[in-house]
Amino acid sequence: MKRSPGTLLLRWSGRVLVATVLLFVLLPGIVVAISAFNDRAILAFPPQSWSLRWFWRAFSYADFAKGFWNGLAVTVWASSIALVVGSAFAFAIHRYKFALRDLLEGILLSPLIIPHYTIGLGVLILASQTNVERGFPLVIFAHVVMVLPFVMRSTYISLENLDIRLELAASSLGATPLRILFTVTIPLLIPGLLSGWLFAAILSFNEFTATLFVSSQATQTLPVAMYNYVREFADPTLAALSVIYIVVTATLLTIANSVLGLGRILNVDAH
Amino acid sequence: MLMRTNQMAANTSVAGSDKARPAVQLDGVTKRFGDSIALHEAWLKIRSSEFMTLLGPSGCGKTTLLNLVAGFLEADGGEIFIEGALVTETPAHMREIGIVFQNYALFPHMSVAKNVAYGLKTRGVDKKEMARRVDEALALVKLSGFSDRKPRQLSGGQQQRVALARALVIRPKVLLLDEPFSALDKNLRGSMQVELKQIQRELGVTTIFVTHDQGEALSMSDRIAVMSAGRIRQIAAPDEIYRRPADRFVASFVGDANVLNGRLVERSGDAAVVSIGEVRASVPAATIAEVAIGGSVDVFVRPEHLSVTSRGASGSLPGTVTTQVFQGGHVDLYIDAPGSARDPILLRSPGIAGLSSCPVGAEIGLSIGSDDIVAFPPGEAP
Repeated sequence: MKRSPGTLLLRWSGRVLVATVLLFVLLPGIVVAISAFNDRAILAFPPQSWSLRWFWRAFSYADFAKGFWNGLAVTVWASSIALVVGSAFAFAIHRYKFALRDLLEGILLSPLIIPHYTIGLGVLILASQTNVERGFPLVIFAHVVMVLPFVMRSTYISLENLDIRLELAASSLGATPLRILFTVTIPLLIPGLLSGWLFAAILSFNEFTATLFVSSQATQTLPVAMYNYVREFADPTLAALSVIYIVVTATLLTIANSVLGLGRILNVDAH
Repeated sequence: MLMRTNQMAANTSVAGSDKARPAVQLDGVTKRFGDSIALHEAWLKIRSSEFMTLLGPSGCGKTTLLNLVAGFLEADGGEIFIEGALVTETPAHMREIGIVFQNYALFPHMSVAKNVAYGLKTRGVDKKEMARRVDEALALVKLSGFSDRKPRQLSGGQQQRVALARALVIRPKVLLLDEPFSALDKNLRGSMQVELKQIQRELGVTTIFVTHDQGEALSMSDRIAVMSAGRIRQIAAPDEIYRRPADRFVASFVGDANVLNGRLVERSGDAAVVSIGEVRASVPAATIAEVAIGGSVDVFVRPEHLSVTSRGASGSLPGTVTTQVFQGGHVDLYIDAPGSARDPILLRSPGIAGLSSCPVGAEIGLSIGSDDIVAFPPGEAP
């Protein structure tokens, strides 16, 4: 089939545009990834000589290992608490009418209004006023506040997409409201709940600003440990850590998708 | 017609002693949404084993009525009884009602068998009995062997059968059908209608069927309640609805109707005589009780009740053929008759003879050949 020069031009300029945008988005990641393999103890691009030693250092540096496990604990707790609380709120806002409902909905669904440093500072002031020590509960509390809106939003959207007739059909078949909740509503919300949790977990694990305020040496998470590291050293360890982080996250998401069958749960694949 | 007679016979035998007590009864049930009245004082008695259709355009209140019977909505006034028991305040899960939705509302995360078994599980039926009844229900809807499929692996027609099996397996007191055929393509719709009707008759389950499709309503129902703007306009058997519509709305919503300009000539008992030009016709008097002798009336005549004669024949109206539409089994003729009707008159001429005998432009006479003619006080909208 013959195409006019105009169509060809459009096709090629389209491809170039897509490639440019892709490059633009991926550039920071690519630069950091390549810098991680520099043999010399400086963050330079492109590297003159190559080595894997910074990966070894990233693994063996005690603060990173501790920060990783701290962060993981904070993330799991914060995301799970936010999932329960946020879902309950989303359910209430979606299903019931009550005083200040719209205000509550507005506040809880707009996480971008309050900056993270404000949350960190607020929690810190609160903690010192009430003499609460800067332990894990404090960090988790700050993280719950930050990820709650995202979990809520995810559950809320799932509820919006849930066909109310499924619940009506169940009730006509003799199911009590509680039975409907556990046999119909929650099973059908699982994809939304799961993706909300995952989103919250990724946000929480990466969170730095608020965590810097509320964490201590004992409770610092990986991003805070990385910040403290970069104040002392300027070698490619952080770049290596970035590469590890990207690879691990991508792998986990891929496994989650294929083994857990996100596609199947989300009801998007054919059979 | 034969089918209907059979149905009547079946009703009598199944209903038996329950005949006196309606399966479903609505006493002045009202439902408001904010300021608007969705259902205005509905009075309705549905007999045991009856197939009752709620027919009307969208927004007429038919789905609201269905939801009130199901217990999905709370009435703002009036009482609802199911098999003689007051259920106005009874929650949906205690009403023992089967419902089939337009989109079937099958549980997507459960297999066909689990879907059908759902209502048995809530009732605590034991495993063996449950398996037996699920198999029985699936056999009834001809889906044996589909137990392990998921709903999304089924066609629309099959999904509908599962929904029907799921609703029937609990042996509901009333089966509610909310526009179940509108998502099916036309061919499938026809065969599903026949099948549903057979199953309904076989089980003798009292059924309330909601539709906006008058063809569906006429062909499937024992009785039809025609609804408009939140009110029930007429409750009667399909032939009665078609032949003796209670008001303008029913007359124009069910079937095609030509509106002819007439005049009330005389009234004697239940009957009245109206004149349309030179033609006289007998109509029921009840619908034009408030019209004075000599006053104008709108006469509703079905297309198949008109026939073509020669221009000037006695007892005919003069008209000119403006359009022919060949429909296969019959020909639709549109006839201008400025003296008798505002709009072109539709005449249904059987066979294909009308094509050649009544060409466009032909000047013909129209005769009215039926007793099933009704008249209403003049008005614009139905």
